[in-house]
Amino acid sequence: MTSPAPSVPLSHLDDLWFQVGGTLCNLTCNHCFISCSPKNDSFGFLTLDDVKKRLLESVGLGVREYYFTGGEPFLNREMVAILVETLKFGPATVLTNATVLRDEWLAELQAAYSKSRYSLEFRVSIDGFSPQTNDPIRGEGTFARAMSGVQKLVQHGFLPIITAARTWSDERELEVVQKFVAMLREAGYARPRLKILPTLQLGAEEQRSSGYHELDRVTPEMLAEYDASLLVCEHSRIVTDRGVHVCPILIESADSLLGQSLAESGVSFPLSHGACFTCYQYGAICSNASSGRSRAKM
Amino acid sequence: MTATVLKTRIALLGGIYSNYLALGEALHDIKQLGVDAIYCLGDMGAFGPYPNRTFPLLHENNVLCLQGNYDDSIGNQLDDCQCGYTDPRDNHFAQISYDYTLANTSAENRRFPRSLPTEIRFELGALRVLLCHGSPRKTNEFLWESATSSHFLEYLADEHSSDATFATHTGVKWRRELSGGRQFVNVGVLGRPENDGRQCVWYTLLEWSAAAGLAITFRPLDYDYRRLAREIRQEELPEEFAQTVETGWWTTCLEILPGKERSQGKH
Repeated sequence: MTSPAPSVPLSHLDDLWFQVGGTLCNLTCNHCFISCSPKNDSFGFLTLDDVKKRLLESVGLGVREYYFTGGEPFLNREMVAILVETLKFGPATVLTNATVLRDEWLAELQAAYSKSRYSLEFRVSIDGFSPQTNDPIRGEGTFARAMSGVQKLVQHGFLPIITAARTWSDERELEVVQKFVAMLREAGYARPRLKILPTLQLGAEEQRSSGYHELDRVTPEMLAEYDASLLVCEHSRIVTDRGVHVCPILIESADSLLGQSLAESGVSFPLSHGACFTCYQYGAICSNASSGRSRAKM
Repeated sequence: MTATVLKTRIALLGGIYSNYLALGEALHDIKQLGVDAIYCLGDMGAFGPYPNRTFPLLHENNVLCLQGNYDDSIGNQLDDCQCGYTDPRDNHFAQISYDYTLANTSAENRRFPRSLPTEIRFELGALRVLLCHGSPRKTNEFLWESATSSHFLEYLADEHSSDATFATHTGVKWRRELSGGRQFVNVGVLGRPENDGRQCVWYTLLEWSAAAGLAITFRPLDYDYRRLAREIRQEELPEEFAQTVETGWWTTCLEILPGKERSQGKH
């Protein structure tokens, strides 16, 4: 008999996420944990008004920083205005594939960023250091398009964080990281920032590799000596067009929807999913490095 | 500190990181100014050489110390410094620094930080002052200026009943006014320069009087950084540590910086 899943209370809402691009994406990556694609509209865009309401609600709750994801956030025509507005409230991070960025958007964002006391981070997903390693995962021609986006960001004075899902073996990690850094420098990004993430065996990735085994679960015993603040659900929530969910990874799971207001979503959540096991293993995989949250020395 | 005090001047020192040369200069500067108390907000050891040289200076000058994450690790001989780095290069250099510091800190000096408090509170009139290392809620939490919303700082001030909160840990000084005259101050560090191309390091002076309230001054401090760099090399610590001291630009532990702070540096 298996133990019941342990529940984790929200200690404080540090990180507020927005599924601002819904599940619509111009790419169809074969490792996407929520199977985003040009045709997946199961979650819709958030409007500037939606985000403004949540930002105002977040002030009283003392939210520390804001994250934006999708789908591809920059398919949302209000994305630039949303980020400009957010920088009046706090630090903002946007997760993008960088293939649709326009110079005029980045110029406007740089102007807002320069005026703000807060950081604006771009996390750009590139899953290989070459077309040969990236394109089989993210699609034909996506490496060149994403690198063009990275160059635009650098030209506009940003230091994007290149985010790669670990689709290689652990033994190859050092080699892959070195090749990434060399490639980015050669492309004109003099001091590249990299974030390597574990894959989440959900959505398209479930088909590409394998899903979670039923034993890949967090048990009460595993939490005994564990710093629960490393778990995303301990300090984060995400707003979608359906309401407020527990974390960015599980929005497609019915039990992830916790309420319609941020205040309602501050309930405990049982770590009953396979993805909770990955979060447990690596610790706060969704947060920026500047938060200092990590379990494994990666 | 009692409520009957009408004015006071207090020196607040951030991470020392074994930079005993800067600590000596700071104590000299503080003596010239004249203060009622000196506090160190933790992290006595790290990048610098000869960790044992820091402790006598603290004791001789009655510096009241907090326990930082480094002090907890050294005191309890843990495996690493608990700085919370996530990048492999950051962790590589942090581990070299930590292993050296642990191996070269005497048993007596390891014992000292073990029992230090993780926060110190006092009152100046009606002003509730809280000293901590990283944040009021967690010793190794990074509170960067560009990655910390004002309403989060308000939440911390409410939750921890503090009107003036002082921390260190990030290595970069900053200050933010909050509602009701409250404030958050990162006092900077003595251990290494601020990643701004200048070799000086910083500490903070708190001055309070019943009549004028609270005044905060960040004080730059010149010291013999060339000697520190020479001794880092003598001890065969990484060349990158010496370069940081000599150039004023951080060469390691960079991935932890938010974009705005990273942009202000060179590497």
